[in-house]
Amino acid sequence: MSDLRAAVAAGVLGTEDAYRSLLQATVEVARAIFHAKAASVFLLDQEADELVFEAVAGEGAGELVGKRFPSSTGVAGWVLTTGQPLVVDDLTADTRFSREAAESTGYIPRGLMAVPLLVEERALGVLEVLDRPADSTFTLAEMNLLGLFANQAAVALDLLQRGRRARAALDGDGELGALARIAATLEGAEDEQREAGLRLLAALEQLLR
Amino acid sequence: MSVLAHESDEELPAWSLSASAGEGINLPSSWPERVTRDWAWGGASGTGVRVCVLDSGVELDHPRIGTVQRSVAVTKNGDEVTVADDDSGDLCGHGTACAGIIRALAPECELTSVRVLGAGYTGSGAVMLAGLQWAVDEGFDVVNMSLSTTKKQYVDRLHELADAAYFRRTMLIASAHNMPVESFPWRFASVVSVGSHEDDDPYAYYSNPKPPVEFFARGLNVDVPWLGGKTLRCTGNSFATPHVAGICTLILSKHPDLTPFQLKSVLHLTSTNVGSGE
Repeated sequence: MSDLRAAVAAGVLGTEDAYRSLLQATVEVARAIFHAKAASVFLLDQEADELVFEAVAGEGAGELVGKRFPSSTGVAGWVLTTGQPLVVDDLTADTRFSREAAESTGYIPRGLMAVPLLVEERALGVLEVLDRPADSTFTLAEMNLLGLFANQAAVALDLLQRGRRARAALDGDGELGALARIAATLEGAEDEQREAGLRLLAALEQLLR
Repeated sequence: MSVLAHESDEELPAWSLSASAGEGINLPSSWPERVTRDWAWGGASGTGVRVCVLDSGVELDHPRIGTVQRSVAVTKNGDEVTVADDDSGDLCGHGTACAGIIRALAPECELTSVRVLGAGYTGSGAVMLAGLQWAVDEGFDVVNMSLSTTKKQYVDRLHELADAAYFRRTMLIASAHNMPVESFPWRFASVVSVGSHEDDDPYAYYSNPKPPVEFFARGLNVDVPWLGGKTLRCTGNSFATPHVAGICTLILSKHPDLTPFQLKSVLHLTSTNVGSGE
C-alpha cells in the first residue's frame, strides 16, 4: 500500500516540475562547490538495467537529459555496482574513460568524481562532477564533502522516484488507482461532500476490520 | 569416569582437544622478539603468492602489470550464474588499477582477475557472491575486494564466505565505505578493511584503534594503470585496499604459513603508527 500512501501524499508534496527543479538545483550546487565545468545525476532504470541522464549542469546541459547507457560498464557503472566513490584524473586526456565520456557527452573531461546515490540499501543512481580546476589538489576532505553531498542528492532522487510512482498509482487503472483517485477527489471536494465521503470511508474501514 | 571422556583420540569431535593431544599439535614458532618490517617482508617480492583481484577485469598485457596468470568472468543468464575463462579484459579500468598497485608492490606474485562487473546492477550482488565463492574455492592467498554491497539479502551468504575464507587461509582485503551507509563485507571481522590516508608513501599504513575500518593506506592521488595501456591519477578507498593487499602479499611470500589472524597481527605490528614503520 506504500504506492497508495505515496499517491495520496503526492497531491500535497508537489509536481514533477518541482522535483526536477530540486534535482537541477542539486547538480548546479555540486558544480559550484567543486568549481567544476559540469555535474550530472544519472538515475538507474531498473527495468532496462540502464543509467539515464536525469539532470545536467554546465557542459552538456540541455542535450544529455534522457540519454542512456548500460548500468555496469565504465566509471559510472563501476561506482553504481560496487557502491564505492571514485575520483579519476586523466592527466593526458587520452584514456578510454575520456573517450567513453566524450562519446556520451560530446565533451572530453580531464577528470571526474563519481559517487553512488544510496538510500538505505538501494542504489538509485550516480552523481558525477566533471573537471575541477586544473591546478586544484584533491584532498580527502573533498572526498568527504562529495559523499555528504551525494546523500543530499540521493534524497532528491528518492523524492523524484516516489513522486513518479505515486503519479503512476494515481493514473493507473487498477484498484489502487481507484482508491487513490477517491482520495484525490476528497481532497478537492466541498466541505459537505467531503465529510459525507469521509463518513462513508470510515464505515467501510470498520466493515473491513 | 566422566561422560565426556573418550576412549581414543580418533573419537574426538572436531571442536575438542583431549588432555594428552596438546603436544601433538605443536606449531612452529619463529616469531622474533620484535616484529619489524624487515622481518615481515624484507627482501620479499611476492614470489609464490597467489593473488586474486575481484573487480571489473584486468587489461591484458598492460605494461605496468605484465602477465596476468588467469582471467575469468562471472556472468548471469536468468538465475544461472557461471564462472568461465575470459579474455575481454577490463570493462572500466578500475580492476587494472588495483592489479597495477599490487604488481608494483609485489612484482613476482601470481595474479588472477575475476571480473564481477558487466552483469548489470540488478545481477551485481549474485555475481559478486559467485566470484567470491570461486575465489575461496580456488584457495587464493589474498583476495582484493575494492567493492561492497548494500543489499541486505546477500549479507548472510557474504558473511559465511568471509568466514570460510578466513579459516582456509585466504585473506580478504576489502574497501571500507566512506559514506554513512551500511555496506559489506568490509564490516566483517574476518576481513581486513581499508580506508585512505593522505600520505603519498605506498608503504605507509596505519592501524586504526577505532574499527570497523582497521587500516588506512595510500588512497589519494595515486598513479595507476588504466585502460589502453595508459595511466591515471585516482583517489578512493578502492585504491588504498590494493596497497594493503600488496603488503600482505609480500608478508606471505616470506612467511607462507601465516593464518589470516596472524597476518593481521603482523600488519598491525608493522603499521606506521605502531612500529614507526621500522
